[in-house]
Order: sequence, then C-alpha cells, then structure tokens
Amino acid sequence: MNTTSAGPGFGVYVHWPFCQSKCPYCDFNSHVREAIDEPRWRAGLVAEIGHMAGLAPGRTVTSIFFGGGTPSLMNPATVGAALDAIAAAWPVADGVEVTLEANPGSVEAGRFAGYRAAGVGRVSLGVQALDDAALKALGRRHDRAEALAAIALARRHFPRMSFDLIYARPGQSPAAWEAELARVLAFGTDHLSLYQLTIEPGTAFHTLHRRGELVLPVEDDQAAMYEATQVMTQAAGLPAYEVSNHARPGQESRHNIVYWRSGEWVGVGPGAHGRLNEPGGTSIARRQERAPETWLAGVETQGHGTAQTETVSGEDRVIEVLMMGLRLTSGLSEADVQRATGQPLDAIVPPARLAPLVAGGLLVRDATGLRATAAGLQVLNGVLARLL
Amino acid sequence: MTPLDHIRNIAIVAHIDHGKSTLADRLIELCGGLDAREMRGQVLDAMDIERERGITIKAQAVRLNFVAANGETYLINLIDTPGHVDFTYEVSRSLRACEGAILVVDSTQGVEAQTVANAYMAVEADLDILPVVNKIDLPAADMKMARDAIEESIGIDAEDAIGVSAKTGQNVPLVLQAIVDKLPPPTSAGEDAPLKALLVDSWYDPYLGVVILMRVVDGRIRKGQKIRIMGTGAVRDIDRVGILTPKAVLVDELGPGEIGFFTAAIKDIAECRVGDTITDERNRTAEALLGFKPSVPVVFCGLYPTDANDYNDLRDSLGKLRLNDASFHFEPESSVALGLGFRCGFLGLLHLEIIQERLEREFDLDLLATAPSVVYKINKRDGTSFELHNPADMPDPTHIESIEEPWIRATILVPDEYLGAVLQLCTDKRGEQVELTYVGARAMAVYRLPLAEVVFDFYDRLKSVTRGYASFDYHLEGYTAGDLVKLDILINGEVVDGLSQVVEKSRAELRGRAVCEKLKDVIPRQLFKIPIQAAIGGRIVARETISAMRKDVLAKCYGGDITRKKKLLEKQKKGKKRMRQFGNVEIPQEAFLAALKL
Repeated sequence: MNTTSAGPGFGVYVHWPFCQSKCPYCDFNSHVREAIDEPRWRAGLVAEIGHMAGLAPGRTVTSIFFGGGTPSLMNPATVGAALDAIAAAWPVADGVEVTLEANPGSVEAGRFAGYRAAGVGRVSLGVQALDDAALKALGRRHDRAEALAAIALARRHFPRMSFDLIYARPGQSPAAWEAELARVLAFGTDHLSLYQLTIEPGTAFHTLHRRGELVLPVEDDQAAMYEATQVMTQAAGLPAYEVSNHARPGQESRHNIVYWRSGEWVGVGPGAHGRLNEPGGTSIARRQERAPETWLAGVETQGHGTAQTETVSGEDRVIEVLMMGLRLTSGLSEADVQRATGQPLDAIVPPARLAPLVAGGLLVRDATGLRATAAGLQVLNGVLARLL
Repeated sequence: MTPLDHIRNIAIVAHIDHGKSTLADRLIELCGGLDAREMRGQVLDAMDIERERGITIKAQAVRLNFVAANGETYLINLIDTPGHVDFTYEVSRSLRACEGAILVVDSTQGVEAQTVANAYMAVEADLDILPVVNKIDLPAADMKMARDAIEESIGIDAEDAIGVSAKTGQNVPLVLQAIVDKLPPPTSAGEDAPLKALLVDSWYDPYLGVVILMRVVDGRIRKGQKIRIMGTGAVRDIDRVGILTPKAVLVDELGPGEIGFFTAAIKDIAECRVGDTITDERNRTAEALLGFKPSVPVVFCGLYPTDANDYNDLRDSLGKLRLNDASFHFEPESSVALGLGFRCGFLGLLHLEIIQERLEREFDLDLLATAPSVVYKINKRDGTSFELHNPADMPDPTHIESIEEPWIRATILVPDEYLGAVLQLCTDKRGEQVELTYVGARAMAVYRLPLAEVVFDFYDRLKSVTRGYASFDYHLEGYTAGDLVKLDILINGEVVDGLSQVVEKSRAELRGRAVCEKLKDVIPRQLFKIPIQAAIGGRIVARETISAMRKDVLAKCYGGDITRKKKLLEKQKKGKKRMRQFGNVEIPQEAFLAALKL
C-alpha cells in the first residue's frame, strides 16, 4: 500500500481537547472542564475547517481523524457538523477513512450509533490494559469489564475498529504481558496499537519517575516484551506495519500513514498540528493554540486559532522525513523521499554513512528504498542518530 | 640610588598555607606600599587562579621603604616565591636574586615537607635565614614545637625565631627590624662597573609588551641605554625602567643591589631566558653571572579541543600562555582517537592543572586532556636513543634495548599514626625507602619513587590514606632503566592512542584490566556490541564486552509529535560533536576522561 507511487493522501485531523480526567502518562493536549458550550465549539471547528480549506485548495480528503483529548465526549451532532464542513470544503474520496478515538468508560450504545450515522467508520478504543489494577495505576476511569463491553459494542456498530494497549508497565513481567497480549489477540481485532509506556515530560508519571517512585522494567525486559509482541502479532496475522502499530494487511490506519510518509494534512482544533507541502522539499507546519479558550477566541475573532506557522526545509526536513518514514516496516520509498525532500534517497543518506548500518543488519537499502530491519526498528533512535 | 648597606633583598619561603603571602601583605602594608583601599588579600598573587587556590605561581617582587629603629630608611626588596613543588625551579631563581630569606613555619603545624625542601634550597643558595613562626594567634599554636622542628629538620638556630600573626599583624614590625639587623646587604663591584644584572623573570603584559624583572649586581641601568642579553645575544634599547611597589612606578635608573623591571620593545619572550645576564652593549661586563639550569618539563599530556573547530583557538591560547610562562612547552600532535591537538610539557601535575584551568577559564575552551605521562628515555638496539613524550610513539619492542624512566626523591612528613599507610602506599608505587626518621612527633620518610607512579594518583591516595595530614615534596633524581612495557587499549579492535600508557611489566595486566572495566562502565550501550581489550605488544591481557543496545525507539510518533521528537534528535546530533568514532562505534569523550582518571 504505502510503497506504491501513489501519494500518501490528504488527511484532516480534528482535535477535541477535553477529558473527564487527566491520565498520568498522557502528554497530549487535554484539558478538564466543568462544562463546555458545545454549540460554540462546534461552530469553532466548522469555522476553522473553512479557514484551512482556503489554505489547502485542490486536495481530495482521503482520511479524517477525530483525536483528543476524548473525542467520544463529543455530541454526535458535533462530529456530524465537522464531517459536513469537511465535505463542503474539499472533495472527499470514495471510501474515505473516518476514525474517532473513544474511551471505553465514556461510550454508550446511543453515542456509537450516532457517530456511525454521522459517518464515522472506524473507532479506536483506548483500552490500555485488560487488568483492573493496571488500569487503575494508569489513571483510567474504566475497568476490564467496561473495556470488554466497549469492544463488543464497537464491533457491532463500526466496520473497522482498533484498540490501544500500553505495555512494559511498572512491575509488568514479559510473561504477564505475553499472557495479556494472547487474550487480546483472541478477540480477532483487525488493528492494534501496542505502545511501550513512555515517560513524557510534563506528566505526573514524569515526576514520579524522577523521584524513583515509578520504575520501568529494565531494558532487557522491555526488549523481550517488544520482541514477543512482534512474534505473537505476526503469528496472529497482525504483523507490525509501524513501530507500535499492527494490522491485518489492508487494515492499516491510512490517516496515520499520512504522517509517517510525510504527506499532507490540516489540523483543526486546539493544539492540532498540520502540514502542507510545497514542491522542492519544503513543508509548512502549522500549530494551533493549545489552550482551548485561546483557540476558541482566535477562531471567533479571526476565523482560525493558528499560533505558529513554520517553514521546514533542507536538513530540517530531511531529518523529519527519515524519522517518520523509517518507523514504517515498509520504510521510505524513493518516490516518497523525492516528493517530501526534493532530493533522491542517496543524496539525503550518503551510501557511506549507510554502509555500517546495513552491514550491521539494521537497515536494508534496495531498489524500492530504505527500511529498517526488525532489529533496526527496535533501536531506531540509535540508527537515526547515526544516519544524521 | 640607595647605598648598598641600606638595601636588603629578601625571599620568603614556606610550605603551602603557612601564611607566606599573608605575611608579605602585612609587610607591604606596614611600609605603606599600598593604601588600605588597594590592599586586597594577598596582593602579590596577581592571577585569579593564584588567589582562588591560595598558591603563588609566579614569583613577584615588591620594593618596600622601611624606617628602622635607628631612624634611617632601608630599602627592602621582597620576593614572593611559589610554595608548590611543581614550581621549585621558580623558587631557586627567586633565591638567586636575594641575600637573605625569611623561613615561615606554621606554629600549629610545624615543619612540613616543602619547608624542608625550600629551606635547603635557600641554604644551598648561600642565603642567611631568618626563621619566623606564624599563626601564634591560634589556640593550637606551639612555639616550642615549631622552633624544635626547625632546628631538628633544617639544622639552623631557631632560638630567636620571631613568633608572629600575619593575620592580625602581631609582631610583624619585629620581622622588618630583624631583616635590617640580621640579614646581610648585597655586595657589588660598584655603580661605575660595567652593567651586570640577573634576569629574574619575564612576562608578557598586553600594554607594555615583554616586561623583564632583574636584579642589578654591578653598574647602573637606565632609560635609553642599549643593553645586551648575553645568553641570547639580543640587543635592545631600554624604554622604561621601574620598580614594583607592587604598583609599577617608573624611575630614572637602578643601581647595584636594586631589583626592578625594564621594557625594551621585546616581542618574543624566548629572547629573555630567565637566569641570563644583562649588560651594557657599549660597556660589556667581562663575565656573565652563573646561569640557571633551564626549567625542564617532566610531565607531558595531550590537550585536545572537545570541539575540533576550536583547534586554532587552542593554538593561539597556548601561544599566549607561553608568553607568560616559559616553563610550559607545547607542540602540535594528532591522535586517531582525539583528532588534532597539542602535546604539552609541564613542570608537574599542578602546573598541568593550572594551565588547563586557565585555558578553560580565561580562553573559554573546552578541553580533553590525555593521561599524564613522564618523559622516558628509549635506548634502541641500533645504539641511538631518544626521549619519549607520548607513549603512543613507542617503537616496536624488538627495536628497544632498554627504557629508562625518571625517579624522584620524595620527602613525606606524616603523623605517626598514618605512617604504616604511607609506607604501604610507597611500596605499592614501587618506592624504595632511603631514610625514616622523626621530626618531633612526626615521621619523615624519604623514598625513591618512579615519577610515573607519582603523577598517576599518588597525591590523591596520599591525601586519602593520611586524611590530609601528610606533606609531600620531591625533586628529580635521574633516570633508571626499568622493566617497562607499553599498554595499549583497543576499542572495537582499534588501538586508542590517547589511552596508551607505559607501565611496569609486572603491573601491566592489572592496570589493563582496571582500564577495561572502567571503560565498560562508562561507555553507553551502542547499536553494536563493543569489544574492549588491553594489550601488551600485541598480546591481549584483558577483555570486556559492552553488549549492543536492545531497545531504543520512540513508542509514539504521530503528526503532532514531529517537532518535539525532531528536537530530541537534533540534540543528539549536537552531542555527536563530542563523540569519537571507532569503526562502527561512537565513544563519548567523557568515557575517555573517566578511563584516564582511573
């Protein structure tokens, strides 16, 4: 799919910044509010979609993603309004992928039916764990039973679904993770996002970790869990197509692939990021205001909440194209490199610099392009540091 | 001009921290050399580092006017001398300009190793010695102990030693009067004899150019005079003549027995070798003064910029430092491990540290220093021999007949309770005992030791086994052949030249193992496994392996993460400047430092 000469497509990302509570590991732009005036927010999103359409004419939308925060706190009417606005702003491809992130604790049958009716075809559930103690430690509001119920419900309502799990949690052994993953794979899902717990700056976990009150499994255990994950998902017919993402062939997240192939998307809503590319290897990065109220005020007074517009080109662009592209198991194609950087692959990665990494079994360079081997993917940070 | 019998040229010698510089400050203050506002603590220590570390690096001279008990004004030239063993050479040159010396001993500590070494130097230079016991204001002061120790260890009469407190000023005027009464005036062939002056010191001043400190022996020196520096043959016209009070004050001329400075449009400090004789170009003296032995660097190390782009800055900075410090040597060298840098020679370890610190502080350079090494004499089978400054340059062992290494004679004074630990340390360091006596309640151990063992970590270990109560001094004794080999460290199969060292054969394996273990600890895991080996002449004697990194990848990276994650990568990329490449392995420079500090 993504190694074809066809472009990566054009995505629209819509950010809903509100959560019922903050999770201690999450560094996404999320905020807890007593109450919000949803019609105002709906109008804001619609207005900003219109603004973005003016900046990105001539594109056909191939994917839409409602992320957050907790988008499953949105009224289905708000989702519908945003989808209508998108359809009014750009041509929409047949079979467009429309994904919405949902929390197992915040879903109910009525909502799911509403989202589906509004046009959502894929739901991504933040299950995170199938262990009540672990869910509590991760600060989640749902328990195992609710997670299982949400999975069943999502299955009934949406043609496609995915769910997220966090592993390499404090105190988790490789054996415990393998058992948990085996149970998950038994559900027969088509797509899984399996993330190792990462301590991000600015989160509650970061503080605990620094104080030594939260201890992650040692590197060798983390590696063992990652390796087991690759073997087990492969055997279950959901091989990795990205560092942390697994799917049955054809069920990959088209929207996320836009990011990894350095394609184009617009970002709508507080803290959303967008990228519009120009020929010759230049990309225009936009970031919207993070604070919900600031963003809303911007949209209401000037039609958009853009906080920053930055031109990314040259070496800077090369770094991000490599950093994103090598996350995919299919790697970077010659065509994607040329399109995104304006240069051939050999120019951005001199063969001499590549040689030790290829010889060491971490990268493969062939006629289709450049990709990391399974071993290389596992130490991608180190590989990138050597490439740059 | 002052009559000879009203001049006293005096040095102050002491062990470090016994209050030499503070006493000098009090003497200057009493004679009105500086007003109260100008008195900073330790005015003779001009450099920041000297003041911070409380040690005197360069000898300085100051002229005092003292009204003695007889109502007459005497001119006292005071030369401050460095207290540290590295600067023994500077002490000896200061002493050559004097007729007398004040020996300062701390009344709470008694005689220390440097007290003995410096006092012996003063005796050898034929100076009269005036003992002064300092810090009598402290509760622990013990005049009798200090006097007895002086008599026992140095063998001079200390019955009349003056007890003073340089800190409070108590009894300091008595010292001035004793200088006049007990120390001799200079002698001279007179002011009409041909000029003969001793070049005591020289330094580079950004405004004045090279400034020369000298002691007039015969004749007169004045502005406009054409002088010749006899050793180098340089001929110059004098622009300025002056004295230091310690402020520079210009005078018309200086006569016999006087100490002062001159400038003569000299650009290159190499023209003015310390110990040289200055004479009148048109009326030359028949005989030069007895010169000093040139100072010889005994410890070498490589200095490399951590950022290769700073190479030229480093070269310029070393050149500037050398202007002020003729005892410091440098020449370019290149290392596979470390890139382009300089092999630098120092008088000792402290000298090395001071130069490195000055480079980093005054010139804002980030430096990497290789393991300090001594100078070995390599005698080859073909009958030739040469001095080895860098262990990496050691020829193949099959071409070597013998290797000689420098030995020192060390004097260690230590309270009895720590003597056992000190003797053990000396034995560990291949020491040979020469003498073991007692000075009061303390033991004085004299040992022959290989200098290489002393530069390694001797000071630190001595300090730790004696809780800082030992004092230590040494002088070079000469070269002795030893059973020495070159120990190489290989990372990823490549010899890291910056880590090569010459070691005694019987200790080589142990050392090799220690370095490998240390490197294993400090080198972070990499993409590939890294073998670390120690080898002697191609034979591997120790081996460690750093296993490859197993997991290092960002779990999540979506559209909104790009900017932040990219910054992390860029940060890593900047860090690469400090990495050194060995095949497919990159080693952070900190790792070398840690291994060298072993």
